[in-house]
Amino acid sequence: MSASITPSQTVGPFFGVGLPFEKGEQIVPAGSAGSIRIEGQVLDGHGDPVPDALLEVWQPETTGLGRCRTDAEGAFNFVTVKPGPSPAPDGQLQAPHLNVTVFARGLLRHLVTRMYFPDEAAANRADPVLNLVEPERRSTLVAREDGGVLRFDIQLQGERETVFFVI
Amino acid sequence: MSEDEREPPYLYPDYVGTRLRAPAKPLVQLPNGFHDFPAPLFPRSLAELDHDLTRRHSGDPIGERIIVSGRVLDSDGRPVRGTIVEVWQANAAGRYLDQDDQHPAPLDPNFSGAGRCLTDAEGRYRFITIKPGAYPWKNHRNAWRPAHIHFSLFGNVFRSRLVTQMYFPGDPLMARDPILQSIPDQSGRERLVSRFDPETTVPEWALAYRWDIVLRGRDATPF
Repeated sequence: MSASITPSQTVGPFFGVGLPFEKGEQIVPAGSAGSIRIEGQVLDGHGDPVPDALLEVWQPETTGLGRCRTDAEGAFNFVTVKPGPSPAPDGQLQAPHLNVTVFARGLLRHLVTRMYFPDEAAANRADPVLNLVEPERRSTLVAREDGGVLRFDIQLQGERETVFFVI
Repeated sequence: MSEDEREPPYLYPDYVGTRLRAPAKPLVQLPNGFHDFPAPLFPRSLAELDHDLTRRHSGDPIGERIIVSGRVLDSDGRPVRGTIVEVWQANAAGRYLDQDDQHPAPLDPNFSGAGRCLTDAEGRYRFITIKPGAYPWKNHRNAWRPAHIHFSLFGNVFRSRLVTQMYFPGDPLMARDPILQSIPDQSGRERLVSRFDPETTVPEWALAYRWDIVLRGRDATPF
């Protein structure tokens, strides 16, 4: 007999005192060998910045957790290392990706998405998760190279809505 | 009722903040097990007094001192050991230490409102704090949040991650709060209400509330 789970509630607008921490966005130190920088913006259904979101990046193989709150422009960044391919539960190989979690005022539950890498076209084509997504929406999950950083915007709602996964 | 049916929907128009932030397209379902990878190591170390929100400053905070404790379990009833529990809350006057909080209630120089601890071998956690005040928000005319403490937990796997709020028994604002009422069923809403815990009270010093938390376990069942 399983116990019923404790339901989720929004992180609200005032998590700043409790959750962010200094250099939380640096899964590895900025400037360290092999580090990559990811920058993005969280946008709402009107395309307006979401200035009170908290993002987390999980990388199982580095046991790393990154945490970054958005600023007044809805912008966030992470510094990490690019992961390698990883086995899926069914044994298939998954393309390198980051697991990205979004919390915000107005989100009664967190959202879960993935960031894939633009220089992994072949691995991305074979990825079992990307292949579950309608082809025209897959690009919302792939970062783009932008002058030495990887750009990954998260659109919560609307035409170019980011693909989110059932938790 | 499935785990998902117990959760609030993303779009709940009575909570105005959901209207432009809830995804409008269907979420993509992954096969069993894709969200079962282990929780990360938490990158912050813990200090001895991190669980005591009343001893961060030179003086005692204003308010009713309380002990909030309970157990963290997975949905099979097993204790979740050594997991980080993070909390944050308003002060006794209903004001957060946050520059965006415009509620004209006083800040308390002796209360910051954040704490954290690790669960022990039985999944137990324990905080010492003061009872937070209710506060107004602009969701609708004369909207007030019931008193609550925010909780953030990781659990064992990715799908265990939970951010939620703990409420206090008997608070008349709960019935009028669209955030709590977004949870579809009464038993789910009751899961978020702590109970008065006379056994844990400390005479002449603190009242106590008990609140147990159940996190999602692994999705894939090994046979």
